[in-house]
Amino acid sequence: MTEVSSDHVPKLPRGVRLRRDEVRNEWLLLAPERVLKPNPIAVAVLERCDGVRSVAQIVDDLATAYAAPAEQIEADVKVMLADLADKRVLDLG
Amino acid sequence: MNDMTVPNAATATRVPPPAPLGMLAELTHRCPLSCPYCSNPVDLDKRSTELDTETWKRVFSEAAAMGVLHLHLSGGEPTARKDIVELTAHAVKVGLYTNLITSGIGVTREKLQELADAGLDHVQLSIQDALPDNADRIAGLKGAHEKKRVLAAHVLDLGLPLTINAVIHRANIENIEALVNMALEFGARRVEVAHSQYYGWALENRNMLMPTREQVMKAAETVERLREQLQGKLVIDAVVPDYYARRPKPCVGGWGKQSLNVTPQGKVLPCHAAETITHLQFDYVTEKSLSEIWTNGSAFEAYRGTSWMKEPCTSCPRKEIDFGGCRCQALAITGDPANADPACSLSPFHAKITSLALKAAQSGRDKYVYRSFGGVEGRPKVQITRSNSAPSAG
Repeated sequence: MTEVSSDHVPKLPRGVRLRRDEVRNEWLLLAPERVLKPNPIAVAVLERCDGVRSVAQIVDDLATAYAAPAEQIEADVKVMLADLADKRVLDLG
Repeated sequence: MNDMTVPNAATATRVPPPAPLGMLAELTHRCPLSCPYCSNPVDLDKRSTELDTETWKRVFSEAAAMGVLHLHLSGGEPTARKDIVELTAHAVKVGLYTNLITSGIGVTREKLQELADAGLDHVQLSIQDALPDNADRIAGLKGAHEKKRVLAAHVLDLGLPLTINAVIHRANIENIEALVNMALEFGARRVEVAHSQYYGWALENRNMLMPTREQVMKAAETVERLREQLQGKLVIDAVVPDYYARRPKPCVGGWGKQSLNVTPQGKVLPCHAAETITHLQFDYVTEKSLSEIWTNGSAFEAYRGTSWMKEPCTSCPRKEIDFGGCRCQALAITGDPANADPACSLSPFHAKITSLALKAAQSGRDKYVYRSFGGVEGRPKVQITRSNSAPSAG
């Protein structure tokens, strides 16, 4: 499993698109030959993977937005980002 | 009608099928390569019969509106179409994820730049082997391999993501590790290690392409090891060699369930080999909307779901997992497309497919029938066996 640090600045690379599918009424992450269905929390994370914000900033941001403990969010976010990096649908920067 | 099982498509309370996820657009059958395992039909569409630009654009709009996500711009060689940039731009505009499936031959950097500017999402490049001379022999074109290396460099340089596709067979199965390393060297994020599937041209060349069982086992181990080693660097997707399998593949994710294929002249197929099932009637995008064809077309209805199945599929707990495997393979080997795919060990024809594989792997035949317009010399255009009889020797 890829190690994700708080300093990483994650970004969806070209060829990976987060989009709202109006036909199926859900969010999708489109990658080569892959369709992933992120849940609402995952969408919130992915929307912040803009190549500007660091993992630490994304975690802070989500902790505020969802009024949840940062430690727990950090652990969940890092697992999710590591999984996506392993699938080569996310660049950690 | 002949004596094959004709599925009954009429059901009282029919729920419309879910929208397809992917569409393969075979923009043209023209191609500079002549790979003996080409997935195009033996009877290729001529240039004069190809759909025009406006029709393809309408089809892409209809596909996006009905819920298609991935559009695979394929062929033949899709860049042989003069309007490839215009078609790509339109597909991007209507919201489709665009994947260019290319041989890499005849694609200039300028053309690639135009495609990148048009919003192309992804490039999939075929390579035939890691050894250039052998690669060129398989592709039937001298110098092809080197041109692919150059194209891969352009793809990377332009910031486009790259997948390498390698079709695996007897002449390159020993080189899988080198092929995967070459994909890494080319800068791919993903590689497809796809064992040849025996339809059309590959069926004609089965004796030349079939690996031995030992080779297949070793190849599977190699792929597993590389997958672990390269996690996070390179995604390896594998298509298994089903002649040696115990369970069939869920062919195209289920007939009429996830994907569709449009031929150069606009025929809409549930899979690229569907035309080998000659009792099916296919609709054309020039006559009906894509959505109407997907929802109600008789070819899509024929093997959609599970009601067409026979034993051992009907009572099988895996019938919603593998959908009885592949209809075209069931026809090619058993004579009836409604039979279980003989790749399944529960099929009464399973021993036949195994023996076909073992026999083909031992064949001393060493000359490919290269893909070409005009079909296979001295053969009827489409060869099928019509019978429901028990497996015969041969």
